[in-house]
Amino acid sequence: MKGKKTSLHERERGMTLVVKKICQFIAPTIFLFGIYITIHGHLSPGGGFTGGVIMASAFILQILSDGSILDKLRQEKWRLELTESLAIFTFLVLAVLGLLIAATAVFFGNFLPAGTLGELISGGIIPIGNVIIGIEVCAAISSIFVALLIFKDEESE
Amino acid sequence: MEIYLIIMLVLMILGSIYSLHAKDLLSAVVSYGIVGFGLVIAFLLLYAPDLAIVQVVVEIITLIIMIAVITNATHEEQAKEFSFSSIFYIAVFLFFGFVLLGVLAQISGLLNSFGHHVTRMASAYIINAQEAGSANIVTGILFHFRAYDTLGEATVLFTAVIGILTVLRHHGKKKEDKNEG
Repeated sequence: MKGKKTSLHERERGMTLVVKKICQFIAPTIFLFGIYITIHGHLSPGGGFTGGVIMASAFILQILSDGSILDKLRQEKWRLELTESLAIFTFLVLAVLGLLIAATAVFFGNFLPAGTLGELISGGIIPIGNVIIGIEVCAAISSIFVALLIFKDEESE
Repeated sequence: MEIYLIIMLVLMILGSIYSLHAKDLLSAVVSYGIVGFGLVIAFLLLYAPDLAIVQVVVEIITLIIMIAVITNATHEEQAKEFSFSSIFYIAVFLFFGFVLLGVLAQISGLLNSFGHHVTRMASAYIINAQEAGSANIVTGILFHFRAYDTLGEATVLFTAVIGILTVLRHHGKKKEDKNEG
């Protein structure tokens, strides 16, 4: 807000201690809620996409409140991209496995037993697909945010 | 319930009109948030909690990213000059708007009332959703009948990330770009 030239290095890192501590308490809870939404996607409202965005928002909250993670993130950014690429690749592998194993032999065929309706482990590949999509979305949205922050920081140096 | 929906729609339209006319870009983005959060309540009123959860989280993250972009850009809006061409554009807009409204009024009598679908696929989805073994029918459809759709969504997101990383990257750009920036 003050000017274009102030980078994150010159500015004070992150926010005040109160905000930092509160976010340290809240962010893991939000992350856990995202995992819950993802895993219970086939039972209650929500699913992979929703859970992934919630997990990413916990990540973004942590970055916004505590700016000192940014230096570490600069080195570790490739892990986010790797996670995202691996997740979408695994989703494709899951689809091809359905083609190979399932009795109906279709792309995305459900090759696991359906189980009892309403139990946590049921629905065949649906929970697995939910988890994979959750990881993909979380990594994608986090890496968009990290890219915006890091490249802006590099530009001003 | 319908009256609440109409109130939310009016609020959303007012918010978007205000965000078009706001002097400050930041207040424009914040007032545009009225549209997003109004949509959340509209989804809840229409019994679509899945969409409401997605909308509320995506709206928050979009707002954060938009504000992060705007703090780096100019705040003041450039003054628009009023010319002959803008009258032409408004005339074209009004003409096609009325044509569209006329067509809509003609054909809306042919459609079923809201909530009563005419397509055969929709009822097939609901009847066969039990086969997918998922208590949440929406997820069952997304990962069983329409798994291609989900794959497409994931691909779109993946492509978007690659595009953003390519546009914003610092390494690998030509040197004259650096001198300009």
